[in-house]
Amino acid sequence: MKQHAIVIIGGGPAGLAAAISAAEQGEKDILILERDRELGGILNQCIHNGFGLHTFQEELTGPEYAARYIEKVERMGIPYLTDTMVLDLSSEKVVTAVSPTEGIFQIQAQAVILAMGCRERPRGALNLPGYRPAGIYTAGTAQRLVNVEGRMPGREVVILGSGDIGLIMARRMTLEGAKVKVVAELMPYSGGLKRNIVQCLEDFGIPLKLSHTVVAIHGKERLTGVTLAQVDHDGRPVPRTEEEYSCDTLLLSVGLIPENELSKNAGVALSSATSGPVVDESFQTSVNGIFACGNVLHVHDLVDFVSEEAANAGRRAAEYVRETSGESSEKRMKCGESRKDLPESQAACEEWTAKMPEKEVSGILDILPGDGVRYTVPSVLHLAQMGETLKIRFRVRKEYKNSCVTVHAGDRQLFRRRKQIFVPGEMEEAVIRREDLNAALPADTITIRIEEV
Amino acid sequence: MEKKILTCIGCPMGCQLTVELDGEQIASISGYTCKRGKIYGEKEVTHPTRIVTTTVRVVHGTAQMVPVKTKEDVPKDKIFDCIRELKEVEIEAPVRAGEPVLKNVAGTGVDVIAVKSVEIQQMEHGIHSSRNL
Repeated sequence: MKQHAIVIIGGGPAGLAAAISAAEQGEKDILILERDRELGGILNQCIHNGFGLHTFQEELTGPEYAARYIEKVERMGIPYLTDTMVLDLSSEKVVTAVSPTEGIFQIQAQAVILAMGCRERPRGALNLPGYRPAGIYTAGTAQRLVNVEGRMPGREVVILGSGDIGLIMARRMTLEGAKVKVVAELMPYSGGLKRNIVQCLEDFGIPLKLSHTVVAIHGKERLTGVTLAQVDHDGRPVPRTEEEYSCDTLLLSVGLIPENELSKNAGVALSSATSGPVVDESFQTSVNGIFACGNVLHVHDLVDFVSEEAANAGRRAAEYVRETSGESSEKRMKCGESRKDLPESQAACEEWTAKMPEKEVSGILDILPGDGVRYTVPSVLHLAQMGETLKIRFRVRKEYKNSCVTVHAGDRQLFRRRKQIFVPGEMEEAVIRREDLNAALPADTITIRIEEV
Repeated sequence: MEKKILTCIGCPMGCQLTVELDGEQIASISGYTCKRGKIYGEKEVTHPTRIVTTTVRVVHGTAQMVPVKTKEDVPKDKIFDCIRELKEVEIEAPVRAGEPVLKNVAGTGVDVIAVKSVEIQQMEHGIHSSRNL
């Protein structure tokens, strides 16, 4: 069996940034596995601009952003395999993959970085009533058809869901000559970024109907139309608000789910809030030596933050390899064992949380989502591995105006920031300082919450 | 005095800007949190512009399409003219990212450049086609 120090599953923005960062730490034995025919991941089909403002202080298109990292990977001579699909990952970090040139092969990795990204919620996840005619696509599929393959999925379009890809595709389809009739959003607020509502909908006079959903699909062979209706506070359609739209295409932009089939095979514990792995401050999962970053961990709004997070995961993976390489080979054999401090499975998660007080002595703190906060990444902090600061990313449950985000350890406040508006569609962050946390110890939890002022 | 409320598109922050207009003249701009926001506010009420991104067809390339963008902003009301002109463009592989695809698009004085490289498709030796027979 081949052996590599770090195997990175996925050659999109997360995998690329993780590889570069690990290599910058001096790690030479890295391999990136990518299932598409080229590196860059979903950025290759995101031809619109607006990427890279945080990282490069300029507005790049998706392919340009990807190229910055791909060129660096090439320059540093980091090995990668394209057209290579990972089929399995074991808790012992044996990666099973297949490619047209190599067939099926296995690699024993010392550390694995999960960077598989996410997947779109399909029609099946929505329980839309009606026949299953052709013409219903996820927005990302349509994006690939139009931007990469140069084919138009249809001419008269209704979009369900106001996620960013849906908004981007409303503009893209319009530019390509389609008539986008309406974007319907189930929630009373948009799931996309404000700038996208302005430049993708308002610029082209496309109406956005909040608190609306599709209640009927018309057509048998090909879609002929949909019926929209308003929904009440519980998301139930309000009678007599139905409106019919004729269309040949329905695009779905109704959420993204981290793609964790491989993680599950490896026994990595997943969070029910993010659908991604539970990780600590080092982006290490519940399985020793398996790290996660990017959209496989939690769905991001901005690629810049994916790159930043992945660079941290890459650095930590390189450190892990350095540390475990120093150990005797006998000891290293055991590194595939599950960690004692993180739950082995989702079921063990609750049991683990129940045993929390025991962890006080070991310097492990749980990072908990408090009032108004849906989840945090990371959700565990090992004090011994914390740097000067720790950045906690989170999403709010609903829209909050003129509110504060606070972070507490025990009774002590570590962070407070006031913002005009918090929306679930935009990832937030809070930074705590080691110094402040030390003053709050002993504590067994760190809680992040929204306080309405 | 006319008051316009805008959402800045300079970055994903989406700051809400308030622009007060005295006829054609901008009396005041508030709500921006960076230089870019102020510039956007001024431009958006006087002569709104956008970067246009689309794709053009590639001949003999490893990809069907190559993504392109206007090198600078073009007037908002010229977006569809740019797209229409670019529909007629076909480019021969290889394409290098950054190379001009069309000069002075729609009379805007702005060039359109490729944002991705596309290699030449190597000739296949008929293995796939004969198998399919």
